[in-house]
Amino acid sequence: MAIRDKLSGNEAVSIAMKQINPDVVAAYPITPSTEVPQYFSQYAADGLVDTEFVAVESEHSAMSACIGAQAAGGRSMTATSAQGLALMWEMLYIASSYRLPITMATINRALSGPINIHCDHSDSMGARDSGWIQIYSENNQEAYDNFIQAVRIGEHPDVMLPVMDCFDGFITSHKVENILLMEDEEVKKFVGKYNPPYHLMDKANPMSMGPLSLPMYYFESKRQQAEVMKNCIKVIEEVAADFEKVTGRKYGLFEEYKMDDAEVAIVIINSTAGTAKEVVDKLRSQGVKAGLLKIRVYRPFPVEQIVKALSGCKAIAVMDRADSMNGAGGPLFTDVTSAMYGRVEGVKAINYIYGLGGRDVKVDDIEVVYNELLEIVKTGKVKEVFNYLGVREG
Amino acid sequence: MAYNLKEWTKRPERFTGGHRLCAGCGATPVVRTILRALKPEDHAVISCATSCLEVSSFLYPYTAWKDSFIHSAFENVAATISGVEATYNAKKRKGEKVDETKFIAFAGDGGTYDIGLQALSGAMERGHDMVYVCYDNGAYMNTGIQRSSSTPKFAATSTSPAGTVIPGKLQRNKDLTLIMMGHHIPYVAQTLPLGNFKDMSEKAEKAIYTKGAAFMNILAPCPRGWRYETSKLMDMAKLAVETCVWPLFEIIDGDLTLNYIPKNKLPVADYLKPQGRFSHMFQPGNEWMIEEVQQQTDRQWEMLLKLNDMK
Amino acid sequence: MNIGKTVATQTWQEMTHGSHVFKAGSAAEFQTGDWRSHKPVWISEKCKQCMLCVLVCPDSSIPVNAEGNIEGFDYDYCKGCLVCKAICPFKAIESEEA
Repeated sequence: MAIRDKLSGNEAVSIAMKQINPDVVAAYPITPSTEVPQYFSQYAADGLVDTEFVAVESEHSAMSACIGAQAAGGRSMTATSAQGLALMWEMLYIASSYRLPITMATINRALSGPINIHCDHSDSMGARDSGWIQIYSENNQEAYDNFIQAVRIGEHPDVMLPVMDCFDGFITSHKVENILLMEDEEVKKFVGKYNPPYHLMDKANPMSMGPLSLPMYYFESKRQQAEVMKNCIKVIEEVAADFEKVTGRKYGLFEEYKMDDAEVAIVIINSTAGTAKEVVDKLRSQGVKAGLLKIRVYRPFPVEQIVKALSGCKAIAVMDRADSMNGAGGPLFTDVTSAMYGRVEGVKAINYIYGLGGRDVKVDDIEVVYNELLEIVKTGKVKEVFNYLGVREG
Repeated sequence: MAYNLKEWTKRPERFTGGHRLCAGCGATPVVRTILRALKPEDHAVISCATSCLEVSSFLYPYTAWKDSFIHSAFENVAATISGVEATYNAKKRKGEKVDETKFIAFAGDGGTYDIGLQALSGAMERGHDMVYVCYDNGAYMNTGIQRSSSTPKFAATSTSPAGTVIPGKLQRNKDLTLIMMGHHIPYVAQTLPLGNFKDMSEKAEKAIYTKGAAFMNILAPCPRGWRYETSKLMDMAKLAVETCVWPLFEIIDGDLTLNYIPKNKLPVADYLKPQGRFSHMFQPGNEWMIEEVQQQTDRQWEMLLKLNDMK
Repeated sequence: MNIGKTVATQTWQEMTHGSHVFKAGSAAEFQTGDWRSHKPVWISEKCKQCMLCVLVCPDSSIPVNAEGNIEGFDYDYCKGCLVCKAICPFKAIESEEA
């Protein structure tokens, strides 16, 4: 029986953590993710969880402690944003290469400098090749649902990889929305007990983790890791199917919004998808065949599935809330267009960098994008591949 | 149990041969002594910062460690072992069956005094039930003898070379053991490989079996970095103690006790002279350098004597 | 780089999960005795079984038997540093060129 509530994204994820009752939560405050360890430490103080809450002295230590905790056979979790994620960088790669299914709420915030506490995706996009599974959430409900699924996905014996549930700082983390929570017991049953095949605390089977791997072994270890990442798509889909059985809420690798016959579409991540859906509805009411593809699973990148979903379009705009500073488009644009190259012909693709440092994105802005796509369809010509949306131009 | 050399050497070896540390390395006698202080029936989870010790003891697919072991990075061994200990506590709280486990972290001086200081300080302040062992050889030996904040004044290293203008490292080494005293943890000790290893063994046993966070700073001579003959390991350690360059003391619940007060304190030159890293100090005209080190060592020793008298 | 007797043949499919090593103390399979340029020699009649050499050995190369005594060196690992010879109070360890 679902529980109706009104919660911010941060509180919803904290409640998911409480319902899961992990062994260790190690976290460090950083806006806008700070509320997660705040809520959680209160649960610990009130005896609502058995978790060891470790108030570490940095995010680097937060991830290091999660690595130790998970390696010891515990279920560990953390939350962070921006600079915190950047400070963890080194340890992100180590967590994934050691195959430790840590679950992290990544509350998207712009990376400094200049310092800015508001939303963009430069933090998690920078970690896109760290070997973590990355799942993105449009709103509070998705942040909660994806966090619970993340545990099951990461801990699956065929996966054993860390997972981050990414959602937009302030927009999703602090905005209070209606939400449907699962019962505590339902959550516990869904995630199950963590039974790793090996761990450090097993006296009868002592083991060593984290060797020096010389050139004769390192490459093979990375090749193995890459294969696991490729194969976990299947597990993500299975977990989503099970989740739907329990909650009735359906999740795929991405969400297709009015894509069936779409001629123009935008590809987007997280909360701005909500705004863009409004525009799609408006355009549809005017007879325009507009659609939207919202990425849920960004790592691994579901190449074949995304190409198939976009192959019927005449023109697409890929929206990046992070700039790669490379003169060749944002990270999502690069991934989408690389996926399409050689697999589908004739779909024109343009890129928009938008919303950096919390710059508001309104319906009008999204309309600019669709209008540009319609112009491309009309003329057959792309004026500019790389574009910036909502920035003051001189 | 009280230290009985004959009985303790019968304990099972927890660190095997076949590791790739240098001939005459001072770190391995330290590690073996610490692990020997574990009750034979107790399991340990050992974590090691990136260091000579780590990269030489655990090269895929070979590990020299017989207990469970985790290395994750350079600056975070204290945080890594904190996480392991946290899982242990959570499992116990949940009533799950867990074997009695001790938690030990090893790191060199670079991984402790410098890049790992924050994580160490955090873990000590949080009071995890663990022992942090710094094997201090006074430089980044693993990367090729670069100066650290533990490198003694005037020592020549590959990033504080003795040149015609700059005579080796210009700064004094930090007093990390007293910094740890400031963390109000139940047990802090300074020791080194000496004689029949009684001092180090007893301190290791106290550190491991004291509930809460414990810290041990252990001088571990390095024949490559210090530039002395490999066979002289124990001579170097003994001279460090007899000159009061590396005093033996422990701090139990805030009270400092000197464990050895030399009857005839030797001049620091006796310690410096056999080491190639200090050879420039013995060139004509550089006597002031030896005098300065003597004065600083004397002052530090007097301070320790005062602290010793305070309890 | 000294790769010793290690011959890497495992495919990526055969590598252990996460490069973890599940055989505790497996470094014992890797012999470092060929690093030696000097070889310590134990003179049993001079040895008083004081065990100091056992404590100082960086290579765990002086095994202790069930009775708590030593019976010489394990040359599979001894790197010939001669710390044992230097500390032996009874001159029960000599050395020769390896």
